[in-house]
Amino acid sequence: MSLFLIAALPFLGAVFPALLIRAGRNAAASAAGLTTFLALMGLLIHIPSVMRGDVVTARFDWIPGLGLNANFMLDGLGFLFALLILGIGLLIILYARFYLSREDPMGQFYTYLLLFQGAMVGIVLSDNILLLLIFWELTSLSSFLLIGYWKHLPEGRQGARMALAVTGSGGLAMIAGMLILGNIVGSYDLSDILQNKELIQASPYYLPALILILLGCFTKSAQFPFHFWLPHAMAAPTPVSAYLHSATMVKAGLFLMARMWPVLAGTDAWFYIVATTGLVTMLLGAVIALFKDDLKALLAFSTVSHLGLVTMLLGFGTKIAAVAAIFHIINHATFKAALFMTAGIIDHETGTRDIKRLGGLRHLMPITFTIGTIAALSMAGLPPLNGFLSKEMMLEETVHTTWLHSHYLVPGLALLAALFSAAYSFRFVGHVFLGPAREDYPAHPHDPPVGLWLAPAFLVVLVVVIGLYSAAIVGPLVAVVSSAVIGGEKLPYYSLKLWHGFTPALYMSAVATLGGLFLLSLHKRGERLWNALPRPEAKVIFEAIIGALTRISRWFTDELHNGVISRYAIIFVAFTVGLGYYAYSTGTIGVETRIPLPAQPIPIVGWICLVGATLAIMWFHRNRLLSLVLIGVVGLIISMAFNYLSAPDLALTQISVEVVTMILLLLSLNFLPTETPWDSSAARRWRDAAISVVAGIGSGALIYALMMRDFAFPTISEFHLANSYKGGGGTNVVNVILVDFRGFDTFGEIIVLGIAALIIFALTESVLGTNVRGYLLNRKPHWPQSGDSHPLMMVVATRVMMPIALMVGAYIFFRGHNQPGGGFIAGLIVAIAYLMQYMASGYTWAIERQRFYYHGTIGWGVLIAAATGLGAWFNDRPFLTSDFGYIHWPPLEEFEWATAILFDTGVFLAVLGAVMLALDSLSRFAWQPGMAQEFPMDINPLRDDPPEEEQEKEQV
Amino acid sequence: MEALVASAVGVMTAAGIFLILRRRTFPVILGLSLLTYAVNVFLFATGRLALNAPAVLNKYEDVPYTDPLPQALVLTAIVISFGMTAVIVMIALSAYLSSKDDHIDMSASDSVDAPGEDA
Repeated sequence: MSLFLIAALPFLGAVFPALLIRAGRNAAASAAGLTTFLALMGLLIHIPSVMRGDVVTARFDWIPGLGLNANFMLDGLGFLFALLILGIGLLIILYARFYLSREDPMGQFYTYLLLFQGAMVGIVLSDNILLLLIFWELTSLSSFLLIGYWKHLPEGRQGARMALAVTGSGGLAMIAGMLILGNIVGSYDLSDILQNKELIQASPYYLPALILILLGCFTKSAQFPFHFWLPHAMAAPTPVSAYLHSATMVKAGLFLMARMWPVLAGTDAWFYIVATTGLVTMLLGAVIALFKDDLKALLAFSTVSHLGLVTMLLGFGTKIAAVAAIFHIINHATFKAALFMTAGIIDHETGTRDIKRLGGLRHLMPITFTIGTIAALSMAGLPPLNGFLSKEMMLEETVHTTWLHSHYLVPGLALLAALFSAAYSFRFVGHVFLGPAREDYPAHPHDPPVGLWLAPAFLVVLVVVIGLYSAAIVGPLVAVVSSAVIGGEKLPYYSLKLWHGFTPALYMSAVATLGGLFLLSLHKRGERLWNALPRPEAKVIFEAIIGALTRISRWFTDELHNGVISRYAIIFVAFTVGLGYYAYSTGTIGVETRIPLPAQPIPIVGWICLVGATLAIMWFHRNRLLSLVLIGVVGLIISMAFNYLSAPDLALTQISVEVVTMILLLLSLNFLPTETPWDSSAARRWRDAAISVVAGIGSGALIYALMMRDFAFPTISEFHLANSYKGGGGTNVVNVILVDFRGFDTFGEIIVLGIAALIIFALTESVLGTNVRGYLLNRKPHWPQSGDSHPLMMVVATRVMMPIALMVGAYIFFRGHNQPGGGFIAGLIVAIAYLMQYMASGYTWAIERQRFYYHGTIGWGVLIAAATGLGAWFNDRPFLTSDFGYIHWPPLEEFEWATAILFDTGVFLAVLGAVMLALDSLSRFAWQPGMAQEFPMDINPLRDDPPEEEQEKEQV
Repeated sequence: MEALVASAVGVMTAAGIFLILRRRTFPVILGLSLLTYAVNVFLFATGRLALNAPAVLNKYEDVPYTDPLPQALVLTAIVISFGMTAVIVMIALSAYLSSKDDHIDMSASDSVDAPGEDA
């Protein structure tokens, strides 16, 4: 199975549980299980090649220019982790089916779980570090959903938030580190990076990159001092804890350290940072775990401790330590997942996880007792279980490690941690299962149904079998994985077996076991001492920091963003003017190279009208209707100016947009106050005037300077002029640029326009859904209205003009490719033709005759444009490549066609729909009952001779 | 000619900004429209001015052409600015109808202090 498919399967499968939950919980669980099973099978197919030491790859160059490739690879290391993720995932899916109660939304659970699984598989299979980072962040997000699955529990929400904050910020640091690493090597592909150990370690950026990447790993793998999130994440349902904290999420950090081991390890910096952190975490986790009464908290801190163990081994930087690390990852995943599930079973069946309320369960729950005990003894490191083997290897390695010239520090502390580890493992067995049976369990404990104990039982079988026949069962796997970790070099000598003779490690193991028993016997006294000790509460500190950050950012936001929009505008303008002044005073401007065009009388008249109208708007802007008329003057002059200055397309567009804008503004003015009151002080007005005048002078001077000089660089316009006909099949270069050369921009723009229209529609819908509707229905107009609301002349004229207007639209549209015109302008003209009907005959009349929805028009427009663009793919051309040719239909003259005209049709429809939808929405505000007239060409009889009742009323 | 265009851009910019700095919605909309004109003409003018030289290819004789690229950009800008104006008009209208107030600035009593903590 392709690696793409293995990585994609969980994501694809994530849809099914959410949908199938309607068919029942079994259906949802089976869908999740089947997806995982398929992915697992797909992975197992690769066993032969992986075991040969081959690397299976699947490459897809996405954006090679940025080094962003969707490359996957499967080597021993990736295989091991993918196996753990999918294998244990399958067991968790089975377990969760029986664990979750009827009230829990199980479809959601499996969907989140599969999303998380997909993200994890993505991490371990990625061959590109950018891709890896994406999956890395996905695990943070999906684990947030999983940890916070019980949304009703505040602990769940807090734990999820804490996990997201810690692992997410670590992820951010890692992004920086990875980018540095990629920069050093010049490639973001892992397979390239892993070949360049010397280059990376010699780089001055090695240390920053190392620290940043390790921050990501340590936060993810809950290493000291970031270990605090993991116990709080235990608020999640137990299947989540078992999955995330035994085999997957927290192992992602270890995976990455192992992945990067060949290039990052081996330096002093690596040793002191990684090994020390691991050692401290291992000891701290083990000590705290002993004093936790909550079963899951005990396991959480024990997980922290074991993660520290593996981190420390990787930190040693020796090959044999790396082998031990890999072996322990396998072992820890098996016994810890089993233990979490056991804890879940105990919780499920007895109603509590508090060790102080448990004890004596061995006769009541014999199966659970057997499973839990074997797994716990493996965690304690007792022979012949698998935990013993890797712990032996770890202790052996510590003996050979020197920390700042001290031969005893590392082994001593490791022994202490092992001792505590043994103690809490024995406590798990002793205080839960052994001892006298009690009378006061919250529920009646008994063994769970087979669905619950099957998964942990399977894992416990693995624990025993790996312990007894390690070399035969996991030996080849460990060898392959280890050689992948240490970068394909020759494996050091090691042997996976129970009996190595009387080695220091064996003595240390014995001491740890006996010491652990002894420590447990002193547990009551130790607990009193522990509780008396002052300990920093991580959660309090974390909440305080987060609280402070929230307060600071809220203060900052409030100060900066206080809702006074005119202040933002003034800051923006002043800043822009300042930037412009800075550029002007520091840059060079050069001499004028162009001769100005002579100013003829008509343009001068136009200029006077424009400037006069603009100044008049400023002067009379309190009279809103008048200022609308004036702004119409400005728009018309500008259209004429475009026409005069060789831009006929712009002139056509401007004048038609002008019409619809005016209608829009007039319609809106219908509802707004007609006067703007005075509400700024004179000083404020002068200040605003000064700022605007400076900005005006600046922009005027800038464009003047620009127009008086030739282009500083050769323009690309020559290309368009030269290729418009040859490449685009049209002589109107502006239109060819729109529909062909820069068709992609146009495509985006019609989408934006459509979205704007939909926003308007949505706003209308929501506003009309509130009490505004009542106000509008009972609204009285500002001034007496003409009784002749639909004048006869206008109705007749617009009806007659409609076909002509549509014809003009069609004409403008078809000539667009070769002469001024095109889809934009045609859309506007047709929209105006429709609007004329609205205005003349009334909204109600028009809406009754409307045969299509404007939403659909927009949608079809965008779809047609997209389909035209996609059509190019079928001819092996890039998106939106156009084609053209000549057609001869007798008796017509030979004419030219271009696929661009289809694209232009899309533009036309989108523009038409957007304009109409906007104005149609606005018209809906004006609707009042009684407006619908039977005859549109009405003379309001009320105006001249009101009906008799009304007359009577007036007389009264 | 250049001086006319440049001064017109300057005047429209100044008037537009002045109106945008007013405190009611309608003048702000007017100001945005004026500023839109100014910006569109500005962009158009970056292609330099030319008379009687539209960018429509002439098959029969060799004639000068103006720069078509700014025109194409401005053409879509004009249409998009209509969409933008329409959205702003609708927001202003909805706000006015809902609150009977057409101030653009939030007053102190408008700001909601949402603690939003679900500790």
